[in-house]
Amino acid sequence: MSRFAYVGVLAFVVIGTGWLEVALRTRVYARWRRLLAALVPVVVLFCLWDLYAIAAGHWTFDPERTTGVLLPGGLPLDEVLFFVVVPVAAVLTLEAVRSVKRWEVGDEPAGSCVDGVRVDDEDGA
Amino acid sequence: MTYTQLAMLGVVVVVLLDLVVVRTRLLRRRVFWTAYAIIAFFQLVTNGILTGLRIVRYDGAAIVGSSTPVDAPPPFLGDGRIAYAPVEDLLFGFALVVLTLVLWVRLGRGGVQRTPYAGPPRVRFPGAAEDPRG
Repeated sequence: MSRFAYVGVLAFVVIGTGWLEVALRTRVYARWRRLLAALVPVVVLFCLWDLYAIAAGHWTFDPERTTGVLLPGGLPLDEVLFFVVVPVAAVLTLEAVRSVKRWEVGDEPAGSCVDGVRVDDEDGA
Repeated sequence: MTYTQLAMLGVVVVVLLDLVVVRTRLLRRRVFWTAYAIIAFFQLVTNGILTGLRIVRYDGAAIVGSSTPVDAPPPFLGDGRIAYAPVEDLLFGFALVVLTLVLWVRLGRGGVQRTPYAGPPRVRFPGAAEDPRG
């Protein structure tokens, strides 16, 4: 079981943010093409950072409490999953705040926000 | 480069990306700082587990504090640690989150699934905005 300690923490993050998609209608998973397009550069860049850090000895992983699946360069699968799970959680949190507050995020067309709050009646409904 | 140097570089790069290059200007919006406050809190909790249990260990030469000992947890606070994790992890996390959100917003601005917008909440939420439709 302890091999799943790291991915267990990631599962906690997925579950801890997943309810936002339903309760606050964040529509992040629903817009999976946009999500995927945002994720790809993030995963690539941070895996490269991780590979450098591993090669330079900046950090090491407990082999007893990670899955033990190592990608080339000694990159644990757990780390790759981290770079997917955490960015998704970040987008869910941003969209959760937008859902509740209607605050301007920066992707709205001109004229749809007044004093930093969206005033059009567009939503997913 | 050390982790300290790389983490600081990461922050500079994403700040420039947001404010100058892509001009998403998330760092000037309350929606970002509200979301980031929530994210940072949960980062301290989850990263505290990963570092406090020594699932991830750090080399003292690469961080401000000393190495994660093999036989005991690092200090909860002090020696360059916040909630067991090196302070560098906060910068690393900030860079990860800002890069992701800049790309997410930029894609929406460019017309990639800009809508449906998030909301309205299914549940009543404290501090919720008035629905403009009344």
